[in-house]
Amino acid sequence: MAELQFREALKHAIDEEMGRDERVFIMGEEVAEYNGAYKVTEGLLDKYGFKRVIDTPISELGFAGLGVGAAMRGLRPIVEFMTFNFAVLAADQIINHATKVKYMTGGQIDCPIVFRGPNASAGQLGATHSVAYDSMYAHFPGLKVIYPSEPGDAKGLLKAAIRDDNPVIFMESEQMYGMKGEVSDAEDFIIPIGKGKIKREGSDVTLVAHGKMYHLAVQAANQLAKDGIECEIIDPRTVKPLDLPLIIESIKKTNRCVLIDEAHPFGGLAAEVGFLIQREAFDYLDAPVQRVCLPDVNAPFSKKLFDAWFPSPKQVIDAVNQVTYRT
Amino acid sequence: MAKKKKEEIRFAPTGIGDVNEGAVQKGVDLPDATEKTHKDLGLSEEQLLAMYEQMYLQRRFEERSMQQYQKGKFGGFLHLYIGQEAISTGTTFALDDEDDIITAYRDHGWGLCRGISAKEGMAELFGKATGSSRGKGGSMHFANAKKKFWGGYGIVGGHIPINAGFAFANKYNANGNISTCFFGDGAVDQGALHETLNLAQLWKLPAVFVVENNGYSMGTAAARHTVAQIVDRAKGYDMKSAVINGMDVFSVYEKMKEIADDVRENSEPWFVEIRTYRYRGHSMSDPQKYRTKEELEEYKTIDPIQRLKTYMLDNELTNEDQLKEIEDKVEQEVLDAVEFADESPFPEEKELYEDMFAEDDPYFHV
Ligand SMILES: Cc1ncc(C[n+]2csc(CCOP(=O)(O)OP(=O)(O)O)c2C)c(N)n1
Ligand SMILES: [Mg+2]
Repeated sequence: MAELQFREALKHAIDEEMGRDERVFIMGEEVAEYNGAYKVTEGLLDKYGFKRVIDTPISELGFAGLGVGAAMRGLRPIVEFMTFNFAVLAADQIINHATKVKYMTGGQIDCPIVFRGPNASAGQLGATHSVAYDSMYAHFPGLKVIYPSEPGDAKGLLKAAIRDDNPVIFMESEQMYGMKGEVSDAEDFIIPIGKGKIKREGSDVTLVAHGKMYHLAVQAANQLAKDGIECEIIDPRTVKPLDLPLIIESIKKTNRCVLIDEAHPFGGLAAEVGFLIQREAFDYLDAPVQRVCLPDVNAPFSKKLFDAWFPSPKQVIDAVNQVTYRT
Repeated sequence: MAKKKKEEIRFAPTGIGDVNEGAVQKGVDLPDATEKTHKDLGLSEEQLLAMYEQMYLQRRFEERSMQQYQKGKFGGFLHLYIGQEAISTGTTFALDDEDDIITAYRDHGWGLCRGISAKEGMAELFGKATGSSRGKGGSMHFANAKKKFWGGYGIVGGHIPINAGFAFANKYNANGNISTCFFGDGAVDQGALHETLNLAQLWKLPAVFVVENNGYSMGTAAARHTVAQIVDRAKGYDMKSAVINGMDVFSVYEKMKEIADDVRENSEPWFVEIRTYRYRGHSMSDPQKYRTKEELEEYKTIDPIQRLKTYMLDNELTNEDQLKEIEDKVEQEVLDAVEFADESPFPEEKELYEDMFAEDDPYFHV
């Protein structure tokens, strides 16, 4: 095990995959000479040269589509978006092309491509730089969506994503890049896409949280433990495919569930998982499932409003109190 | 015979550390400044002093805001316009007050030009209720709709089609106004620009699209992210175009006035490249390894504010005392703004739910 920052874990994954497969290359804004807007690609230009570490103009639609084309012709692009807020400009290529080309051509053409970059809010960056897009992408058939919370998961899953023969959305967070965590140094450490993980065992309530929200769940669970409430935390790690059996098994044990999701409430992961739980574990529930997510409002700039907007550990604790009838 | 070694395959042009080209790519080449005097341009001495005051205000406002940022008074992005003030100032003096302006996130100078007070601006940076956007937008989203400053926008290139919409509305309403849009050299690479230029030319929209080419898109020199001369994009759309020296407020004023008159008269769009330089980093966390100190210093020797000052003094249109008075006044205005921002209240929590919909009591999904 090595202790690595999130960004280092990502870099190691990219580095190892570029090392083992000539077809893998990375492109995006400021990824090469600037060493990455968030330093994920630091040093890769020196190691792999200008052919495989490529700076792009601010042309998200263009370079995402170029990536799709390169993937259709057998290369394995990693397309970095400076944030997923800017990938909206490339939505046509991701949604209308990458996800559909194999199907439309009756299986003739593969599109092995990874679109990656930071997702969701990162403090006071205002309405256009703060959206969580994981649930939106999960809506579309043909995409796998990964949003890990810890460096170890990030490395194993990014390697899996790069080797996957399908388009994969891989999401990170500006606010997690500096976070440290244990990363396996097993040779070729791969985490299969679609496998969640029980990150804390507990018997009183199940918390489901991924990405940045996982850390919120941990804070709440630590607080609640002082009060004698033991939370089980499940990090799905991949939004789609979703490891539903893991969640259901936990609920069969705890009979209560709070979902924590950094998306707006309508049609987000929390909504989906909530539905699935009632379908698969209705008889096991001792209380209605609750969720903590963003309000149905754009991100405000002002610190005070931002703090009111962003999910807090207190909201998680309140929701746990509600499902355990402690209020 | 030994095989010739294959050249390394490259895609993006290289800049930093390019062994063939020398150290660092140069940002931009400036065109000559106008030789016209203020009288030739029809500018009065009062107007020159007003221009000076406006540019100096923008400069000091941003220098102070940087200090406040470093003190931790507010967070988020802070993109400074320092070095580019002649563009906002020359343009607003050249336009009618009823003409539209829209810009990108480097927007403080534009806001100050179009009636946002230093107080309201600083309070917005601080995220206070008294800010120009009630603390909802912050640095990137200054706006003053009453004065036809339609705001700063954070998605590169996103506001370019919107300017065509302003021009469309002006033509639709036959009100004689024109709309102007400002964006960086980086935005030239967005598809939005190209779709918009075609539409604007096809529909003869009274719009001006202006690239503030400051030589860099974040850490990428213009020559590394875009081909040919930016201004030549206009040719492909059969659009009128111009290149302007953005370090000289007279040059900006002269040409933008000419362009505004032409657009108003003929209802035809223009594509304009104003070359300039940003003195500070892209935002607050930028190590700036992509350019040389020498290049930055070179531009500081042709500083637009200093240039106007020298012109006025050389031509005895003012004196050191009068300028000092203006500078002191501005300095106080900015200090008062900092105090005002600091002491202003944050928005109330209920304001989180305000400004989302037109209705007073809208539906929110929970
Ligand atoms: C669509 C989109 N892609 C990327 C970004 C991130 N970004 C913000 S500013 C910037 C550089 C823009 O440079 P330029 O257009 O030259 O404007 P300048 O900052 O020089 O004023 C980038 C890449 C963004 N805001 N929007
Ligand atoms: Mg620029």
